[in-house]
Amino acid sequence: MKYLLLIHQGDTPTPHTPEAWERLSEEERNAVYAAYKAINETPGVTPGVAMQPPEMATTVRVQDGKTLTTDGPFVAVKEALGGYFVFEADDLDAAIEMASRVPAASMGGAVEVRPLVE
Amino acid sequence: MHLEQTFRDEWGRVLATLIGILGDFDLAEDAAQEAFAIAAERWPREGPPANPRAWLVTTARNRAIDRIRRDRTHAAKTRLLEVQEATEDEVDDTTIRDERLELVFTCCHPALALEAQVALTLRTLGGLAVEEIARAFLVSDETMAKRLVRAKRKIKVSGIPFRVPPPYQLPDRLDAVLAVVYLIFNEGYGGRNDLAADAIRLGRALAELMPDEPEVHGLNALMLVDDARRDARFADGVVVLLDDQDRSLWDRDEIEAGRAALERALALGGRGQYLLQAAIAVLHVDESPDWPQLEQLYGELARLTGSPVVELNRAAAMAETGDVEGALAAVDGLELDGYHYLHATRAELLRRLDRTDEARVSYDRALELVHSDAERRFLEQRLAELSR
Repeated sequence: MKYLLLIHQGDTPTPHTPEAWERLSEEERNAVYAAYKAINETPGVTPGVAMQPPEMATTVRVQDGKTLTTDGPFVAVKEALGGYFVFEADDLDAAIEMASRVPAASMGGAVEVRPLVE
Repeated sequence: MHLEQTFRDEWGRVLATLIGILGDFDLAEDAAQEAFAIAAERWPREGPPANPRAWLVTTARNRAIDRIRRDRTHAAKTRLLEVQEATEDEVDDTTIRDERLELVFTCCHPALALEAQVALTLRTLGGLAVEEIARAFLVSDETMAKRLVRAKRKIKVSGIPFRVPPPYQLPDRLDAVLAVVYLIFNEGYGGRNDLAADAIRLGRALAELMPDEPEVHGLNALMLVDDARRDARFADGVVVLLDDQDRSLWDRDEIEAGRAALERALALGGRGQYLLQAAIAVLHVDESPDWPQLEQLYGELARLTGSPVVELNRAAAMAETGDVEGALAAVDGLELDGYHYLHATRAELLRRLDRTDEARVSYDRALELVHSDAERRFLEQRLAELSR
């Protein structure tokens, strides 16, 4: 089965939030990089392309044939999507295990696991 | 032979085996239902087969094969293609794998909503009809049917595995399973519904399937000892406190079965929350309860669960050891203002300390918060006694 793992950063410090990011020790920052590198190199993982932060997003909705364009992500900035990757796994348990390895999951964010239609 | 009882006992096992063979919940459930319907029609007339379980599994499997042949789109998705049709007599009990454990872990998977876990467990393992589950949870048949359909769809679409979790996941997943069974039990214990017997049946099955897990026995002990007192818990629609219960209404055999389960849990080295609750329940049924030990057990349970409700019980046990002032101080340190038991306990402690006016205020507050009529009548009685 293929799963899309959607990374919601929440309050997770990232390089896009320099103030919080700088508060992490160098060791902690390296651990985050190493964790994402390990995930991207795991068999079954198709890494997502890096995303600009949610403030750079534009949300498009169509209502009564009219396109409504708003600045920012669809949900509140705090809950916005920060990244994604595709993981091919035997079952949901394996996908949950992978999701739990994403640093954001343990640093104030969450990972949503969404099965892909095949 | 009591057909209905046989059906209820066999349903979970037959269904689990079929899901294992077919790899599809819906297909397995439909086939099982068909086989049970044929049995209900045929067995009373022709007598039951030598091995009812094997008969049910084989009949259901053959029905499922027929259905797959009719509906080719199913075929690609099931493991059944290689499975040969068998006649009922060829299959004996030993070739039927008991996959109830796989089934229970699938039904209680944390990716499902808790209410869906409960409904699925009752439907599949418990063998309850959709209508029965709907009635127990006070929702319409249609709502319950939808809940089950959605849960089964999520299992299939999101790839929830049909297997016993590996050791590193087992403790968490087992907690989830026990929580579901205990929730089912408590739904029955309120006196409103009759799910307690189903919960106990599920607990027994778990003990059979996981004989070395202390918390499984702990939960069984807890349910049995509580259930043994069910007839004595209400009189004329009013809650009867443990001390005032008519002990002749207690089911002694069930209490002994509970004690035995607790012994087993202790022997396995358990010290989990169900075991502690069971130990507390067992002490409570003693003629003169050992209050210091109860206070200690409540303390241990409170540390384990971090529950202020357990702290409240610890305070009540403390009062029974004679330290009413200490108990009152403990109660006043708890942040449970919206909980009627806190105010009821506080009122009782104040009454014992002859602080009648304050006790009255606490009873009034408890009455504002209480939901159950039986509890309300109890509190009103206490308040009336106070005024005398």
